[in-house]
Amino acid sequence: MSASQSEKPEVILETKDLNVFYGENQAIHSVNMQVKKGTVAALIGPSGCGKSTFLRSLNRMNDFVSTARVEGKVFYQGKNLYSKEVDPVELRSQIGMVFQKPNPFPKSIYKNIIWGPKINGFSGDMDLLVEKSLKRAALWGEVKDRLHDSAFDLSGGQQQRLCIARTIAMNPDVILMDEPCSALDPRSTQAIEDLITELKRRYTIIIVTHNMQQAGRISDETYFFHEGNLIESGDTKQIFTKPSVQMTEDYITGRFG
Amino acid sequence: MSITILTTIAVIVLLGKESFEFFKEVSVVSFLFGTNWSPLIPPHSFGVLPLVCGTMWIVLGSVLFAVPIGLLVAVYLSEYASDKVKSYLKPVLELLAGIPTVVYGYFALTFITPLMKWINPEIEVFNAASGAIVVGIMILPMIASLCDDAFSAVPGSIKQGGYALGANTFEVIKDILIPATKSRIGAATVLAVSRAIGETMAVTLAAGATARLTADPFVSIQTMTSFIVQVTMGDAPAGGIEYLSSFAVGTLLFLMTLVMNIIGNQWVFKSRIRVV
Amino acid sequence: MKKTDDSLTSIIELGTDDEHASVVNSKRMVKRKFYDKLFYRLCQSTIILALIILVVLIAHILISGLSWLSIDFFTNFTSRFAEQAGIKAAIAGSMWVLFLTASFAIPLGVSAAIFLEEYAPKSKWVEWVQINIGNLAGMPSIVYGLVGLTVFVRYLNFERSLLAGSLTLALLVLPIIIISSQEAIKAVPLSLREAAYALGARKWQVVFLQVLPAALPGILTGVILSVSRAIGETAPLIVIGALSFVAFTPGSIWDEFTVLPIQIYNWASKPQVEFHQLAAAAIIVLLVLLFAMNFLAIYLRQKYQRYKL
Repeated sequence: MSASQSEKPEVILETKDLNVFYGENQAIHSVNMQVKKGTVAALIGPSGCGKSTFLRSLNRMNDFVSTARVEGKVFYQGKNLYSKEVDPVELRSQIGMVFQKPNPFPKSIYKNIIWGPKINGFSGDMDLLVEKSLKRAALWGEVKDRLHDSAFDLSGGQQQRLCIARTIAMNPDVILMDEPCSALDPRSTQAIEDLITELKRRYTIIIVTHNMQQAGRISDETYFFHEGNLIESGDTKQIFTKPSVQMTEDYITGRFG
Repeated sequence: MSITILTTIAVIVLLGKESFEFFKEVSVVSFLFGTNWSPLIPPHSFGVLPLVCGTMWIVLGSVLFAVPIGLLVAVYLSEYASDKVKSYLKPVLELLAGIPTVVYGYFALTFITPLMKWINPEIEVFNAASGAIVVGIMILPMIASLCDDAFSAVPGSIKQGGYALGANTFEVIKDILIPATKSRIGAATVLAVSRAIGETMAVTLAAGATARLTADPFVSIQTMTSFIVQVTMGDAPAGGIEYLSSFAVGTLLFLMTLVMNIIGNQWVFKSRIRVV
Repeated sequence: MKKTDDSLTSIIELGTDDEHASVVNSKRMVKRKFYDKLFYRLCQSTIILALIILVVLIAHILISGLSWLSIDFFTNFTSRFAEQAGIKAAIAGSMWVLFLTASFAIPLGVSAAIFLEEYAPKSKWVEWVQINIGNLAGMPSIVYGLVGLTVFVRYLNFERSLLAGSLTLALLVLPIIIISSQEAIKAVPLSLREAAYALGARKWQVVFLQVLPAALPGILTGVILSVSRAIGETAPLIVIGALSFVAFTPGSIWDEFTVLPIQIYNWASKPQVEFHQLAAAAIIVLLVLLFAMNFLAIYLRQKYQRYKL
């Protein structure tokens, strides 16, 4: 559960006037957001409203799109991630990402997890790191006897947990999740939702989801996007029972989207 | 459609027939393993190894040149170049690929060899290295294009997964892209080898007509293909042993390239299924 | 909190060690950045190398040969004297060969492709034919020359004629035309065919009135590119006996002939520098022809092709 009302948990990630353009089109309009450490923040909204674009600007994955242009600031650990001094490669080792469709490497389970740390020069106990990461991703029991099998031998839900495990192996502070359950069956979705609730004890999670019930179940704060604008944000319980903006209420009650 | 089957049959039958005639005179073993090749000058001798050696020098040199460079060119095209730049570069490669082999032979003879001689005057006017370089230039676009296709076939999400873990471009290419495309790169190499084996005019102009077994790439040699040109340009009577020898060499050539092509195409086919 | 399986150990129990410092190593970051940059420069330089090679190649040819291009060059036959030598016979021969090869190869090749793609049953036998075509496409051109020599020149007694030469080249170009035409036909989407069938069209109507027109730009591009290759072929024609010292232009398909690449080869093999320069001039003509055909093919592709492969 998130911190009690009297304590103010620190803000770990903050955006100021974030604007994102794809060529001539503006996809994100002047978004200000403050994500608190140790919470789960859900980004909801109808499809095409820019949630994924916004998420990707947090770990500079939009850098790979040639037509993308970002204006505004994203603050993390006191630095603006888009300033010249910040190395995007380094920042991605601290802000991890799990994608919509599970994308493990065509390698063994073991190698998938150890790849990131190895590149960064990790010289500690690799077996222990793999075990810890898989345990924290609720996958250890299912794969501990076949760590060197191909990652593609796993089911969809298992592959996604593997992707979470390898992200965890990098020990990030923040984990971004882009609709991680939309390609999975209900049972796997349930497993991952439970996992997220456990994970937030140690990591901050920002999750994009088109499933409102999911947002209601697992998040502490909810941010409602519409056509690239942040319409409303706040405590999840509050948003879902007494939203302040009419559009939010319309979306939540299913009148559109 | 029957034409193509006819052609395949024709090739096999004809080469077989003529070679058969040839081998009535000379044993297969001494052909394949003999080291002295002088079919036109008495005393006649028909060991084909010197020609094979000549061909191998060309293949070795050109592949050593073209595969690493072609691979890196493909990496640049698929991972670093913007779409706009790529649209300019690809036609350049196609241009290089479309230049006829005679032109490359001319280039080797009148530019590359003099250049090499300027560096080291000891080199002969006709030499294997010059031919190999130029054949390398010829197969470069082929390798680059095949590898580029292979790289494009890797789903972007797998690369994105690597970047999201805090890896830089070099690391993603080295540890994810290349291992995933290993077999298609291998197939491209094999197909390039096949092409280099069959190269005729460039090596005829540049590498010479001296059939010899040698370990020196800077002397004149003769490839299997050049020999066939030499015989047919001359006045060897039809049915004569020299005429038949060109068919024997032709058969060997055909078999070598056929094997290479089959291996190469199978390899590509198999790896295509594995990209799950 | 509901636990889904017993491996879900509470995260707090796994310790609160600060692993991050040991996972991300700053000193190593510098080294990694260095290699990243280095590799990028390496790849860049290979591209620059390729460009340089092309530029040098063309410059060298232009420098050597440009001065020899004159009206006389085009109207003279070859000669022992460089100043009087020209490519009249060679160009005439090349044009004849181009025309004849195209006439033989294009109809056969395109119809074979249509048959294979639209009408042939999916049997093992057809698969085998397909593989054969692929193998034939990869055969060295000189082997085609040997086949042509035996079949056309000797067996059918066409002698060293234009007919024999063009037929040989047609054989060479055929597999390539078939494969590229097949690709163009394959690129036409199923939805187009379904739409036609749904309107009550018969098979031949769908194939010839919808699919073929849609595939036509792609087929044309492939055909032009394949046939343009025939202009540059030397070895097969040498093998079947095309001459190199020809002082007449062919008058019929039974005549002997020479072509531009053979003329180039012949001049380049001579020891005198003037003949090398003549060869360069002839190369310029050949390349201009080739580039013109390639541009035509690419232009057609850009302008008309709707269904990308």
